[in-house]
Amino acid sequence: MKKLLKNSGVQSFIASLICIVIGMFVGFLFLLAIEPSGAGEAILAVAKNFFAYSRRATQLKYLGSTLVKTAPLLMCSLSVLFSYKVGLFNIGAAGQYVMGACACLYAAIMLGWGWLPCMILAAVAGGVYGAITGLLKAYANVNEVISGIMLNWIGLYFTNMVLSQAKDASSAYTYPLQNKGPKAILPSLGLTSVFGDNKYVGIAIPLAVIFAILVWVLLEKTKLGYELKATGFNKNAAKYCGMAEKRNVILSLVISGVLAGLAGSFMYQTDMEQWQVTIASVPGMGFNGIAAAFLGGLNPIGAIFSSFFIQHITDGGSNVDLSIYCSQISDLISSLIIYLCGFVAFIKYAMNTGIAKSEEKKAAKAVAEKGGDK
Amino acid sequence: MVLLIQYTLLFACILSLVALGGCFSEHSGVINLGLEGIMVMGAMGGALTMKYLPNGTSAFVIVVVTIVASVLLGLAYSALLAVAAIHFKADQTIVGTALNMLGAALATVIVKSINTISNPDDHSSIVQYIEQKKAFIININGFEFSWFMLITVIVIIVSYVVLYKTKFGLRLMACGEHPQAADSVGINVYKMRWAGVLISGALGGLGGICYITTGVSEWKFEYGVAGFGFLALAVMIFGKWRPQNIALAALLFGFFRALSNVYFGFDFLVNLNIPSGIYNMLPYVISLIVLAFTSKQSRAPKAEGIPYDKGSR
Amino acid sequence: MEQPYAIEMLNITKRFPGIVANDNISLQLKKGEIHALLGENGAGKSTLMSVLFGLYQPEEGIIKKDGKEVKIQNPNDANDLGIGMVHQHFKLVECFTVLDNIILGVEPNKAGFLKKNEARKKVLELSEKYGLAIDPDALIEDITVGMQQRTEILKMLYRDNEILIFDEPTAVLTPQEISELMQIMKNLAAEGKSILFISHKLAEIMEVADRCTVIRKGRYIGTVETAKTSMEELSAMMVGRNVNFHVEKDEEKLGDEVLSIENMTVASKIHKNNAVKNVSLKIRAGEIVCIAGIDGNGQTEFVHGLTGLEPLVSGKITMCGKDITKASIRERSVMGMSHIPEDRHKHGLVLDYTLEDNLVLQRYFEPEFTSKAGFLKRKNIRQYATKLIEQYDVRSGQGPVTIARSMSGGNQQKAIIAREVDRNPELLVAVQPTRGLDVGAIEYIHKQLIAQRDAGKAVLLVSLELDEVMDVPDRILVMYEGEIVGEFDPKKTTQEELGLYMSGAKRNEVAVS
Repeated sequence: MKKLLKNSGVQSFIASLICIVIGMFVGFLFLLAIEPSGAGEAILAVAKNFFAYSRRATQLKYLGSTLVKTAPLLMCSLSVLFSYKVGLFNIGAAGQYVMGACACLYAAIMLGWGWLPCMILAAVAGGVYGAITGLLKAYANVNEVISGIMLNWIGLYFTNMVLSQAKDASSAYTYPLQNKGPKAILPSLGLTSVFGDNKYVGIAIPLAVIFAILVWVLLEKTKLGYELKATGFNKNAAKYCGMAEKRNVILSLVISGVLAGLAGSFMYQTDMEQWQVTIASVPGMGFNGIAAAFLGGLNPIGAIFSSFFIQHITDGGSNVDLSIYCSQISDLISSLIIYLCGFVAFIKYAMNTGIAKSEEKKAAKAVAEKGGDK
Repeated sequence: MVLLIQYTLLFACILSLVALGGCFSEHSGVINLGLEGIMVMGAMGGALTMKYLPNGTSAFVIVVVTIVASVLLGLAYSALLAVAAIHFKADQTIVGTALNMLGAALATVIVKSINTISNPDDHSSIVQYIEQKKAFIININGFEFSWFMLITVIVIIVSYVVLYKTKFGLRLMACGEHPQAADSVGINVYKMRWAGVLISGALGGLGGICYITTGVSEWKFEYGVAGFGFLALAVMIFGKWRPQNIALAALLFGFFRALSNVYFGFDFLVNLNIPSGIYNMLPYVISLIVLAFTSKQSRAPKAEGIPYDKGSR
Repeated sequence: MEQPYAIEMLNITKRFPGIVANDNISLQLKKGEIHALLGENGAGKSTLMSVLFGLYQPEEGIIKKDGKEVKIQNPNDANDLGIGMVHQHFKLVECFTVLDNIILGVEPNKAGFLKKNEARKKVLELSEKYGLAIDPDALIEDITVGMQQRTEILKMLYRDNEILIFDEPTAVLTPQEISELMQIMKNLAAEGKSILFISHKLAEIMEVADRCTVIRKGRYIGTVETAKTSMEELSAMMVGRNVNFHVEKDEEKLGDEVLSIENMTVASKIHKNNAVKNVSLKIRAGEIVCIAGIDGNGQTEFVHGLTGLEPLVSGKITMCGKDITKASIRERSVMGMSHIPEDRHKHGLVLDYTLEDNLVLQRYFEPEFTSKAGFLKRKNIRQYATKLIEQYDVRSGQGPVTIARSMSGGNQQKAIIAREVDRNPELLVAVQPTRGLDVGAIEYIHKQLIAQRDAGKAVLLVSLELDEVMDVPDRILVMYEGEIVGEFDPKKTTQEELGLYMSGAKRNEVAVS
């Protein structure tokens, strides 16, 4: 038992659970404050999401919808955690995601490209956008958080401008791909029928999981991962042993950007949603990626589960009784969870000192008993 | 032209106030990336106060009470950062980011709930304060003077005096530069960092209410404050963490932000036929360029972002 | 009745997990005397002073001031009792002025507003009274180390401290500054201040102290009056044996020239002048060349320039016949330059990596450890690490998978040496390789350096420790203010002679051999 508790993976899991429980509880308190009578039901609605439906087919259909959005979220969280491992905080994932969306939608609607070229273009767009942050960081010492935020806004206005051409004058939304770019819709791989005829379910979901595994392999098994992590842990040591630390900074942000750019493709090439060109704030997907990354203990495999959880409660938010509460209660809970993730290091520290203390006591006791025997 | 000056000044006010907030926090050694969220909370406090002040309240009372509400809410909200960063050695970047998201979510939830409770059909996150807002403005020959302009000038001067002429400022800056040195001469580093963060919360809240009363008479809280918290950080870096420079930097940034609001008032700009998106991007692009040229020799407080641990020497 | 002592620390015992840092140590400081506390690195001097300054609480023992028992829980209590300390690493805010640093914490003020004129007057008076020349309006980052130290002293005087602790104050000073400091300390004592002077430099203690307390390995050895003792006696008390542990080595067998540096100049990161000025030297296979000097005379920058961590302003470096002036760090490393860095935590190790990952830090990219597809060959890494751990006796809790951070300093250093030496380099650059280590580890490292030399490699040793400088190398170059000011044969020179060169009192125009 003790040995299990000492394992850092187990500790991360416990810490994440603590964050979730506290986050949900505080969310519940808010619901109570708004209107006590329905609060219990509302928090259950958030937690249950698709389980709230009684029919199995409907459940599967809504599970499908959650999964469709989990895929881009997972990609965003991979983007954030990858750069975090290299010592960089890629808050610009939100902007890279937007640029990815912009690229794939433009190619799909205006150029009539197929799904794979569109997806690759999105990855390139995200990568290039990530590279800007990387170059600024490596050569001009610009804090990646601040440049990331600036680029988020620039990307948003840029996308709104570009995609204004890809829509009907009467609508604020881009054309549905179904009508103006059917070739760009991601293949469904026959998954549609599995998920209660949810036509948006498709290749993006397994691809995202594969990317999670790839990121894990890259970080843990390859020379590049070894270099990147060394740079993240100790920039000076990386330089000392001849690693190109500037190149590593740029490269890691490019990879992060590619992941986030693909997230844009995974979201919009399902045709589940269209881009709204009047949108005045950066879509939350990239920011929720931060929540998922930290909740998953900064582990790519953990991120699969945490991304699903975050998307689960986000979708659950729209199931609350909207005549009393609002769906943003889920955003509230996920941002609380990120806040609490700031305490994870402390929680782990507390666990370790707790274990050490109890061991010390045991040892002291054992010594005392031995003394008694004599 | 008058409009351009007016908006430049107003945006400069917001940026100065918030950048000064960041400045106090960083001088104490805590990086405050949560200014955006703090602004939203301050704005919400102020907006709701205006909404609930009875019609016919005197202008003076409206101004004072609204500002006090914003400041207090910003201050209270920043305590979340202080607790995490100072006592639990949390990663200040994560906590700051969380505060930004939490601020937007919290304000939306609260405002929506208030709207829905008073009118079950109203699911918007909008607060209106058309009448009350007029209290902040005095019209001088077409130039709308806002009390925030005066307040900002005062805050800039006071900040300068506090940082460079008082015992408090000296101690605060010592904590951000070399907390071990401060500790060795009996200064309570934790206390000073609390002070720095709370001041940033107060000024961030003030900047928030200033932001949502600029040009508009209602605010939709789902929008947040459009990255102004981060623009303010760029202003702070450009202003080299000194109040007098921050004021000048804020004027520059404010000008470009104002352009996007009023460019259609200038024939030659309209004739250029540049899409409005470009003007919207301008402040962010400018700040990126400025940062690229100034960050290399930036003189940030040396100990900022590093949690202080009494044990380690 | 006898006059009570200014400070008495009686039977102090302070334990840390696994070690007794202070074991029943007593120290009595008379009013107006200069009292030296002598001991080797790691003898427990700093712990004892930290107890006095309230940073640690002792498990046993009491502290008395003027004959009355006092409790010192934190530095503020110490301050209130009139105890001040000049720390080894100064506690000064770099971007503040001298005056601001002095008044920090006890600022004269009216309703919170600083009254700097009042402060300035008092500081200037004190400065004059004790002969402490300072410029109150200069920024700390712009002034010399000596002036920074005077600022620290004024900080204590400004607070009217009666008991002044100097923690290894001469380590960072030039000889002139040292003699100035000695004079200042005498002035202070004459004015009635009581001074505790922590040092392991015998000559300084003999010159300035009235009495000297010696501790060794955490234990109290004795207190003697310097007038009635000799350096030899103090030295014997300090180390517990007549030190003369000479490193055994054979005559050198010189081979080809391995390294040649011509007119190297390196910029400083701290000030505007160049840190290394026009340095030229040559090293041949089979010899150990030592760069000696007082800390901060350009040695760090010299090594950074040589290893590629910093670009050169001008000059040329040739290794094994190839021009490597513009070569990257990796290129130099692959060509056969190994580097045991000065700061093992900053440069030498990735502390959050395992021991095995640290052991391949310079070789991970070789085909032995990375496949063509870019995957790490974990099995080979484990094998290699296990071999090194055994061969170089690196001790750790969990062998190759131990996180480097959790290892002791000595074993961390052994790991670095294993990594650097095992690459079989042509040139081994070892910068203060024995800093902060115990005697056993030091001996081990010296043996490794000599083994490299005997294997026909070139070794460049940078050292601040005179014993090491005299014992290990075949040739000594003294660096002063970024220049090589003398070259010596360790068999034909003395520590005293080296001291004169290291302090800039003497210099030769060195003809580089």
